[in-house]
Amino acid sequence: MMRIKADSDLCVGSGQCVLTEPAVFAQDDDGIVALLTDHPDDQSARQAHHAVTLCPSRALSILQE
Amino acid sequence: MTESVALELTGLKLPVERGCPFAPPSAYERLREQAPINKIHLTSGGEAWWVSGHEEGRAVLVDPRFSSDKRKDGFPLFMLDAATLRQIRSQPPLMLGMDGAEHSAARRPVIGEFTVKRLAALRPRIQDIVDHFIDDMLAADRRPVDLVQALSLPVPSLVICELLGVPYTDHDFFQSRSTMMLRRTSSEDRLRAFAELRAYIDDLVTRKESDPGDDLLSRQIARQRRQGTLDHAGMVGLAFLLLTAGHETTANMISLGVLGLLSHPEQLAVVKADPGRTPMAVEELLRYFTIADGVTTRLATEDVKIGGVSIKAGEGVIVSTLSANWDPAAFKDPAELDVERGARHHIAFGFGPHQCLGQNLARMELQIVFDTLFRRVPTLRLAAPAGDLPFKTDSVVYGVHELPVTW
Ligand code: HEM
Ligand code: SF4
Repeated sequence: MMRIKADSDLCVGSGQCVLTEPAVFAQDDDGIVALLTDHPDDQSARQAHHAVTLCPSRALSILQE
Repeated sequence: MTESVALELTGLKLPVERGCPFAPPSAYERLREQAPINKIHLTSGGEAWWVSGHEEGRAVLVDPRFSSDKRKDGFPLFMLDAATLRQIRSQPPLMLGMDGAEHSAARRPVIGEFTVKRLAALRPRIQDIVDHFIDDMLAADRRPVDLVQALSLPVPSLVICELLGVPYTDHDFFQSRSTMMLRRTSSEDRLRAFAELRAYIDDLVTRKESDPGDDLLSRQIARQRRQGTLDHAGMVGLAFLLLTAGHETTANMISLGVLGLLSHPEQLAVVKADPGRTPMAVEELLRYFTIADGVTTRLATEDVKIGGVSIKAGEGVIVSTLSANWDPAAFKDPAELDVERGARHHIAFGFGPHQCLGQNLARMELQIVFDTLFRRVPTLRLAAPAGDLPFKTDSVVYGVHELPVTW
């Protein structure tokens, strides 16, 4: 199963991840990424993957598929 | 690399003299075909690396060894002339020109204002603003109407006005000055508008300091007070940055987006048939026009190897976001405007830590304008041939000075 990691120190609050897969990614009130789950289900996996490639600060990574 | 191609690029009137109004300069393609990274001669003298490839461009922009700090010696003079650079250096620095921890300290306090959730709450108000200007346009007793003046400029101007907390009674002043700053008037007129607006914003910040409201500036001031450091000059700088970074850019994308869709009726039909496709169309239009090409200029602070090329500390690097967004390795048949292609990985908003702070606001404004305009004015058409329009071939941000439309 896919596992996602978000590095909040690297995040620059672009919101790209939230736009791409709101079932997995959110932003806290300060605009920093917050994971709603670190294990996206099969339905979200593809979009979560896409979000990882779009993140401009490389704050997101996939630990295992 | 072949010297002739590089020189040919230098021979172009940089920054953005596009051959056909819809396509990048042809030299871009030849340079990219030669190599994703080439050394070029700058019109300002000296050399710099020109990054054409999508992958290589993203690699540069995300790498902390490339600096955005225009105060550093040797920063490449590409989009900036020497006088502008002196002016930038004489002002307190803006986040756009900071690196690392300093950049993060300037950007982090503001990103909460631009979250996807916060912006969604602004949607109804932006819809009202767009409807209001379209009402006025439809009520005009003469056609054609210049869409730039009727819609493209006033919408983002009013949106920023409200975001910053400019009082209602000052809207006309704020809008006329910010629009005059961007008009093709004499340079004295523009400079005067610039100075008046700067003085106005300074005064606005002072007023917010003593009489806060429910707006971005007041919240930033309160935040700084909580941390014990009220930075008046920095606040004026931030307000001015948001205004200048968000007004002309969004306005140009509104005009070019409408022009792009009207010039590709089959693509417009796709959007009209299903407004759910508008967000994707907006991404494709952002990619296709990449209006802020080359503002992503950097200075190498260490020796770096990117895409097999050794870039030395002290060398300048220009990431051509336009060229990257037309890189066939990232976008198949890049010359085709294809609203359904899925273009989210474009770098029209840049990449890396400086990626546009206002991108999701811009996205929303563009989506609402395109949806509303084509729904309310379904017979909208150009009142002049696209090729005859006055394109902004001579400014940092690409666009069109006038867009006559009728219906
Ligand atoms: C279609 C419209 C827009 C385009 C194409 C655009 C493009 C860009 C680009 C390419 C950058 C990166 C510059 C760099 O890396 O050196 C940038 C940064 C920035 N943009 Fe935008 N922009 C747009 C709209 C806006 C709006 C609406 C706002 C605010 C209301 C805004 C505020 C900013 C700010 C503050 C930065 C600096 C961010 C930083 O340095 O961390 N922009 N923009
Ligand atoms: S895409 Fe990356 S930088 Fe943007 S909010 Fe998500 S984690 Fe942060």
